[in-house]
Amino acid sequence: MSASSATAHAHVEHAGHHELGFVRTYIFSTDHKMIARQFLFMGLFMMVLGGLLALIVRWQLAWPETAVPGLGSILKETGGILEPSTYNMAFTMHATIMIFFVIMPILAGAFGNFCIPLMIGARDMAFPFLNMLSFWVTFSAGLIMLSGFFVEGGHAAAGWTSYAPLSAVPSYTGVNWGQNIWCISLFTMGVGSMMGSINYITTIINMRAPGMRLFRMPLVVWSLFITAILLLLALPVLTSGVAMLLFDRTLGTSWFKPAGGGEPLLWQHLFWYFGHPEVYILILPAMGIASEILPVFCRKPIFGYHAMAFSMIGIAFLSWIVYGHHMFVSGMSPALGMAFTVTTMIIAVPSAIKTFNWLGTLWGARIQFTVPMLNALAFVSMFVIGGLSGIFMASTPVDIYIQDTYFIVAHIHYVVFGGSIFGAFAAIYYWFPKMFGRMTNTALGHLHFWPTFVFFNLTFFPMHIIGVGGQMRRIYNPTQYEFLQHQQHWNVFITYSALLLGVSQIPFVINFFWSLFAGKPAPLNPWNANTLEWTAPSPPPHLNWGPTVPTVYRGPYEYSSPESREDFLPQSTPPVGAAGARRH
Amino acid sequence: MLDWWLPENVSTYGREIDWLFHLIYYITGVTFILVFVTMLAFLVMYRDRPGRKARYTHGNTTLEIVWTVVPALILVILTLLSVPAWSKIKMTMPDTDFVVQVTAKQFNWQVTYPGPDGKFGTEDDKTLLDEMHVPVNKVVRVILKSQDVIHSFFVPQFRMKQDAVPGREIRQWFEVTKPGKYEWPCAELCGFGHSGMRGWIYVHTPDEYGKWAAENLTTAAAAPAAANAKPEETPTKEGKAKK
Repeated sequence: MSASSATAHAHVEHAGHHELGFVRTYIFSTDHKMIARQFLFMGLFMMVLGGLLALIVRWQLAWPETAVPGLGSILKETGGILEPSTYNMAFTMHATIMIFFVIMPILAGAFGNFCIPLMIGARDMAFPFLNMLSFWVTFSAGLIMLSGFFVEGGHAAAGWTSYAPLSAVPSYTGVNWGQNIWCISLFTMGVGSMMGSINYITTIINMRAPGMRLFRMPLVVWSLFITAILLLLALPVLTSGVAMLLFDRTLGTSWFKPAGGGEPLLWQHLFWYFGHPEVYILILPAMGIASEILPVFCRKPIFGYHAMAFSMIGIAFLSWIVYGHHMFVSGMSPALGMAFTVTTMIIAVPSAIKTFNWLGTLWGARIQFTVPMLNALAFVSMFVIGGLSGIFMASTPVDIYIQDTYFIVAHIHYVVFGGSIFGAFAAIYYWFPKMFGRMTNTALGHLHFWPTFVFFNLTFFPMHIIGVGGQMRRIYNPTQYEFLQHQQHWNVFITYSALLLGVSQIPFVINFFWSLFAGKPAPLNPWNANTLEWTAPSPPPHLNWGPTVPTVYRGPYEYSSPESREDFLPQSTPPVGAAGARRH
Repeated sequence: MLDWWLPENVSTYGREIDWLFHLIYYITGVTFILVFVTMLAFLVMYRDRPGRKARYTHGNTTLEIVWTVVPALILVILTLLSVPAWSKIKMTMPDTDFVVQVTAKQFNWQVTYPGPDGKFGTEDDKTLLDEMHVPVNKVVRVILKSQDVIHSFFVPQFRMKQDAVPGREIRQWFEVTKPGKYEWPCAELCGFGHSGMRGWIYVHTPDEYGKWAAENLTTAAAAPAAANAKPEETPTKEGKAKK
């Protein structure tokens, strides 16, 4: 990071700005690119923690009530053996961390911050100070969340969904401050994400470069724009919900406690009203990233640009009216369940449109299997599996059986790991040269991608099988149940695969840090891509471009265009005949 | 093809759920194969080779319409096919004279029979812990309650699942077609004892059930034989038949 920022400084001076001190450059920076890096580092650090928690959960499921290696020094009283309450805490915090402090900071936080101004030709976000505040509020939320591991009674253990009244009354879980901290942290995170989303929306609406019409925006910007709108409208519902939950726990209100006249299902309505758009908040940026990377390495325009943009808009609208499919057997009116089946089936259509358009992009292409491309292709294929398994749940009668089983666990991991995380890896490999001014190592990239892809599937695909066999999610010990004993070997298999999936991330860590300090310096446009960020230096200086921002003449995916002798035609290259005419 | 993954089905409406499951399985399976074969073929055919030039195209409106309408139609048909089973299972309540009340608590199922007078809340009610006895081929109505947190009534072989929500009485039903002993786990996280919260449902032939009821549900009935497996966290068994 230091090397890259040193270059940034040179450019800052070049652009005629006075040098900022260390604190203003690296810590309380208002530069969108530094904030993006901060979000990225935070997300990657939390990913290590979330991943280790997952492995602890897997260990228990494969070899119940045996000492987890390495935990002996932490769980001294049990010698490393997980107790049921510790196990509940582990899976609760795994999901909470992965969703709120890994995927959201990396996709929306890091790449939202990095891509939006650079790709629409803006010098920074609309509100740079608010942007800085957004990171530090989110960072504080992360610290608050981590502090929960150290309080008496342990961290929250009611699942990431924290269904009331289990979460609303301390004595039901035995967790007191852990759950309170969970609420406070998510409340804080919600405030931070609101600041970010207002910024993204304002920036995209107001600060596009000359010629950057809405339908000339790269699809990743479209996806981040829609994500920001969803964030703006969905997160306040969660922040209100967790505030109400905290009041129930500490101030004696009874929003969700039936004893005081409250309604447990109210929590579920609030939670999933946020929670389903949230799923799209996690996946839309990854869809945008794949739509961005595919054309570059296919060397041809994205297939159906407008269909891609409109299907994302369709998803954004529909995502508000599908949330009830999480509640088919919750006690909600079965008639409502039927209505939600209709909307849920319909929301599969835009996803299908996107998939077919990605295939259309591959058709007749000239495919370069670079590391970002491989990850983007993994995103597309894994998202297909996650999408198809979703159809099972959309059918209410089938959902009666598979609700709360490992089938659901398999589904969500195909979407958020197979989808969002592969999307995040694709984005990291693709934009690393621009972000840090250095290339990543290709061999290490392959060494990371292939085992990750294989062990991801070996870990999560068998979860469909044990789910169909009836294994419930969130159980501590599957061997307690007679009807599950015949498939315990799958749990062992899954755990071995998960451990290897964890090991497969080591090349990534090495690659990331090695490239950061010793990678080959990145040229301006290493992938021969069209979008505006590749016209800025690698890494871009403060305010991104020299005296003028680029002017946009065409859409973002003009690859192999007959207009150009090369196989790419950047958005900012003036049309032939008009060369230079509109430069200043 | 997936039959050996699904546990055996022993309930009347389970057949419809399994049929839909398999239908969706085949539809998604075929889609999966088509998409992956196409994708792999494209990846091989259109890989970067010297001299290869990518096709310059921005899309095709006819194709867009086709791949919007076809999935939409399939999904609408799937929705329509899901309606009858859903309304049968969750929205209608077949007539029956067999009603039990199940009150979930951390971490047990409390099963209350109305006793000889057929009414709940009277002196002769019988409450069992973590076991339910029902006759085969008979509609069983369950009044599902919870006294603390949300639990979920799940019997894999019956293809039945319903959350028990404190403050609510949710009516459910099932009809079993095969006598036997079926495991009855809780499917919603309900606290540290969630795993292992499990009862057994004994499905008897009418004769056997009559005998069991005479021995256990009449006023002076003794505790039933300890035929059930030992649940992990069950506090006190207190002879099973409380009150």
